[in-house]
Order: sequence, then structure tokens, then C-alpha cells
Amino acid sequence: MSMRRVAVVGAGMTRFVRRAMETPKELAWHASRMALDSCGLTLNDVGGVCIGSAPDAFDGVHMKGEYLSDGSGAWGKPVMRSYVGGGTGVFLGPHGWYHVASGLFDVVLVVAEEKMSSFYPHAQAAFLTIFDHTTERPLEPNLLWIFALEMNRYMQTYGISKRDIAQVAVKNKRNAADHPCAMLGEANITVEDVLNSEVLAWPVQRLDVSPVSDGAVAIVMAAEGVAERITDRPVWVQGVGWNLDTAYWTNRDLAYPEYVERAARMAYEMAGVREPRKEIHVVEPYDPFDYKELHHLEGLLLADRGKAPELTAQGVTARNGAMPVCPSGGLLGVGNPITAAGLMKVAELFWQLRGEAGARQVPGTPERGLAQAWGDLMQVGTVTILGTQRPS
Amino acid sequence: MTQRIASYPGTALSEEDIERGHVLSVHDQLRADYAWDAGLAIGLYLDGLKAGVILGVRCRRCDRTVVPPRAFCEQCFAPMDAFVPLADVGIVNTFSLCYVTWDVKRIVEPLIPAVIDLDGTSPPAGIMHLLGGVVPDRVHIGMRVRAVWKPARARQGAITDIRYFKPLRRG
Amino acid sequence: MPLDPTLHADDLRAWYGSMPVTSRYTVGPAGERFFRAMKDAARILGTRCGRCNLTYVPGRLFCERCFDELTDWTEVGPSGTIEAVTVVHLDLDGALLEPPVLMALVRLDGADTVLYHRLSGVDVADAKIGLRVEAAFRRLEDRTGSILDISHFRPAG
Repeated sequence: MSMRRVAVVGAGMTRFVRRAMETPKELAWHASRMALDSCGLTLNDVGGVCIGSAPDAFDGVHMKGEYLSDGSGAWGKPVMRSYVGGGTGVFLGPHGWYHVASGLFDVVLVVAEEKMSSFYPHAQAAFLTIFDHTTERPLEPNLLWIFALEMNRYMQTYGISKRDIAQVAVKNKRNAADHPCAMLGEANITVEDVLNSEVLAWPVQRLDVSPVSDGAVAIVMAAEGVAERITDRPVWVQGVGWNLDTAYWTNRDLAYPEYVERAARMAYEMAGVREPRKEIHVVEPYDPFDYKELHHLEGLLLADRGKAPELTAQGVTARNGAMPVCPSGGLLGVGNPITAAGLMKVAELFWQLRGEAGARQVPGTPERGLAQAWGDLMQVGTVTILGTQRPS
Repeated sequence: MTQRIASYPGTALSEEDIERGHVLSVHDQLRADYAWDAGLAIGLYLDGLKAGVILGVRCRRCDRTVVPPRAFCEQCFAPMDAFVPLADVGIVNTFSLCYVTWDVKRIVEPLIPAVIDLDGTSPPAGIMHLLGGVVPDRVHIGMRVRAVWKPARARQGAITDIRYFKPLRRG
Repeated sequence: MPLDPTLHADDLRAWYGSMPVTSRYTVGPAGERFFRAMKDAARILGTRCGRCNLTYVPGRLFCERCFDELTDWTEVGPSGTIEAVTVVHLDLDGALLEPPVLMALVRLDGADTVLYHRLSGVDVADAKIGLRVEAAFRRLEDRTGSILDISHFRPAG
């Protein structure tokens, strides 16, 4: 491909909170401003703006991309909003990459925001409309059903216990205790706490689930030749991938995320990664529910099918393990303002690969990381691979 | 990141802050009422349910039978018009015991949503429905179940014309 | 069965439903300052961007053009000039509004942006661009910290 190489050169984020006082565009501005400040740029340096946000219903603002545009630095600029449900945050990797790699823009500001608390009394109700209005909604489903059904199928297929899965929630919430923006960091949480939490939709219990949250994240992406002038440590986009499975969610293999594997293979090929388990040094898979981290590690080919719980039990995925997974604290710990949570994972890789993650820094000198998200009606996989080496 | 920035933006509010008016807020309700066209395939599906039949559709090219029926095969893009009645019997692919409603109200007796693979379909091709007539603890993946229909005169051409699926008696 | 779909074309149906979206919006830090000034003091506040030489109304947290935080609060109005006006004859459901409602864009004195609001107390024939108007506030006890604390705009004087 005659595409330009693209790097991430700056990042910023707000705290993730249950109810933010700031309006959605104010949250977006805070994150955007911090991202620009972090690399010494101003709006004048920004050629185009890429916005990601999940359903308009959360913020209760129709045409949310347009609504967020001023807070995202898009005044008088080309702006594009993308939306693939929960997968959007990591899809902003390919979205921003395309804008720059194509040659259209030298510098883009990439912004994700969600203010779920605006949906009142509970954002859960907004998910009702993801089910088919004619063939499913009359059964009064709630979003938990999908996760509970998928988790149960995953457990049954591979003989995985709830205790195996609860370890993920414990790891991530403990990791989040070191994140200054985290909402649910808990240094002392135990597996028993998770197993004793309120049963919502068995096998899903309260502490298996990430919280409803408000927040925003922004990154700055720049072209080769420009990125090196902005920072002496650009973090390069080495691979991007995305894939969709059938929209009939009950017509899929619920035990294995085929769409994640397809997205990962696309990104690995672009990045020249042949042995992902050796070549990916830090992983931020999507973890809105604890079992999803395991599901996704398998789809990403970073664990054998049904074996991701063993990696967790052995400490391989701990922050100081051989393959740190969700060192940020993930959605389970930092919080889950849907799209912002996905882009937070990309920002975490940026900080980890530059050695700037502070108390969350993984040991050694990681050279390559992978962020992944998932969403829509459970069938989109999005992957972004970042690395310190400029792609050849 | 972490080392250089002293404090991060974003002001956390409690529910009380809003309820007691410490901060200003505005309530609104979107008016969004719809008449969604069922379309040909789902229109027939609903007609079938009213008649007490679960209708699937077969892709002649992929030799695949799926439910709910659809007008085209999303895998090969051929039109799908070979509508076929399916047995109202199937296998529990997965299930949950759900203690909260869609608007997050707690309930004592769990709802038991399930994905059910109906006989005659080409897996994976399940539908979502509810299980009933069973003690929650007894439900298991792989269980054979049969549709419990509303009486014919009460059926209106809706997925709820099937009240739920219940375990199939042996023998 | 098998069914001939064409025979059933007349039977095609719609499924009725709604999207149950209910929202509660906070006004944010800039909104707090703007709406409380209206509620408590019947004053309309803007924020000024010195770099861009612009005064935004309602007052905002940041300048969308240069991204600076805006901290220079300044009172505008309560008088202003109609920049655009429309006569609304139908409500949201298409029913006739009697009398019709006037909606206007008002540039308050001292502001660079316009405010969208109701215009009353003027004949439709006289509701023209350039008309001088002023904000009509609700009584103190009726004000809630909403844009409707200004009941409407009316001809100035």
C-alpha cells in the first residue's frame, strides 16, 4: 500500500465518573485540550477531526457528532464521526489512521466522549432498542441477557467456572487503583467479593460488570515526517483491523468471537506480526464484563480456546506478568463511558510504550501493544496495534 | 501522562447533588413512536406465529435453514424465499437466570431468557425466547424444550404468541 | 406451506413501538454561571474570548475557535436586535397554532452570537429583522434556572 506511516503523538483524558457535572462537549474539550497540550500543538496545527461516540440516546443529543464538534476542535474543519457501538473507541484507531495515511491530513485530533448519566434514570434502558423491535423486544429483554447468555455458553463449552472468570475483575479493579482517572479502582478486592456480589442475570453478578460512566479521551495522530518534529517518541500505528459478524446475534457461535479473530488477523498481517503471543508485549482487550477479556484474548489468538482463564490464574496477564493484560485497569476498573473507554485503551498503549504510565507501567521496555474493542449487537471486532518501531 | 499532570478534569456528582438542586439540571423525554414495517420475511414469520407455526427460511445456495426468516442470505447474498415450517421443539443453547427487568428493577422470581436451537435449523441459528414451566435450578444447556403457545384466539402475530418454551417430557 | 410470498403482500404489517429515551441533563460549569445569573438576578451573561475578540451568549467554558478556556464573564442585553424571525403556524404534530408563534434569533447588545427564543407582544406584520427587542423575565419566584426564565422577547421600550 502506498500509504503514509502514522503515529500517535499526544493523548489526554478526563476522569471517568458516574455522573459528571460537565456537559458532553465540555468533557470532550477537556480531553482534546489536554491531548493537544501534551504534544505542544494548538488547534491551528489540526487539519481534521475524527469523533467517535456510541448511541445518541446516552447523551440524549441527536446528531452527537455535530453536537460534540466544537468541543472536539472541529470548528471550521473537516470532521467525521464514526459509530460501531462499543467497538467505536478502538475503531478510532483505523478511523484516524485512514485520515492521515491517505495523505489527506498531516495532523488529526481524535476524540471519544460518552455521558451515559444523561440517560435517566438508568442508561440500561437505552440498550433495549439494540434488540430487534419486532422479533425480540416484545420479550422485554435487557442488555444483561446477551452477556449472561454468551458467558454461560462460554463456560459450558470449555468447562470454565465463575471463580476462574472472577479473577479478571479482581486483576483489573486492582490495576485501576493506580489509575488517576479510575472510577472503581480497588486495591484489596478479592475473588470472594466478586462471587458474593449481587446476582443480576446469572451467571453475571454485579462485580462482573463494568459501571455506567461519563468521560472523554482524545489522542493526536500525525503523519511520518510531521510526527518526528512534534515528539522524539512517536508511537506508530503498526496495524489496524475490523470485522463484523452476522447481525442475527442468536445465529452466531456464542463461545468464540470469530469476528475478533478476523479483525486481529487483519491487523497482525498489516503489522507483520507472525507470532502474536511473542510479539505483543502489552494488551488492552475490551473488558465490559470479566469473561469478555478472556473471550477476546482467545479471539485475538493470544490464548488457546478456553485457556485464557489459565493464563490469568498463572499470573501471565498480571501487570508484571509475561503478557500484561489491561494494565490500565480496563473498563471494569477505570470505568466504561463506552467509546471513551475504548480510546482509553489506545491511550494506555501510547503511555505504556513511551514509559509514561507511572504506577501502571509494565516492566521491561514494551515495543508493541494491542488494543481491541467489541460492540454493536455483539458482533463487531476492532483492533489497533501500536509500536515504538516505525513500520518499514 | 501520569507524572506530569497533577489533576484530571471531570467533576463527579452524587445523585443528591442533582436531586437537591446543588447543581442545575433539566429533564426531557424524547418522543419516539414508530410503526416499523415488518417486511416480507418477518411479516410471514408473524403470520406463521399467529397460525401456531414457527417459520424458518432456507438458502438454496448455502443449504442453510435459519430463523428468524429473512429476505436474503447474509452470507451469499442470494434471495431467500424457501420458507419452511420448523418444529416448535429445540435444544437450549444457553440460558440465564435474570433478576432484573429491562429498566433495572429487581424481581424475585428470575426470568429465564435462552437461546434455543430449533430442530430443522442449521446451527448456529437459534432464536431468543424465555423458558418457563421449570424450576430455575433444573435448567441446563442441552435441555430439550417445546414451545407453549397462547390459545389460537389470543394469538396476534407476535413473538409473544409463544408464551415460553418448557422442558419436553421424556417418552 | 411452502408459502408464496407474493400472495401475502397485502397482509404486510407494521410493528408498533417506541424508543423509551428519558434524559436528565446537567448544565455544566459554564451553564451554572449562566443560568444562575438569570434565575437569581435576571441577568444575561456571556463569555468573552480576548484572542478571537468574540463574546459568546450563553456564556461558554471554552472558545470553539482557539480552544482557550473562557473566564471573562460579561453581562449582555437585556436589549437586542432581531437577526431573523419566523412565524410558526403548526405545532410538532402538525396541528394549527392559533395564534401563530413567533420564533426569533436575537443578537443581544454586547454579544457576537444570537439567542434562539420566542418573540411576543408584536403583530406578525411588525416582526421584522432589525426590530429592537428586550428580554421579558419571569417573576423571581417562577424562575428555575432554565432558558424559559426568559419568558419571551418583546419590543423594546
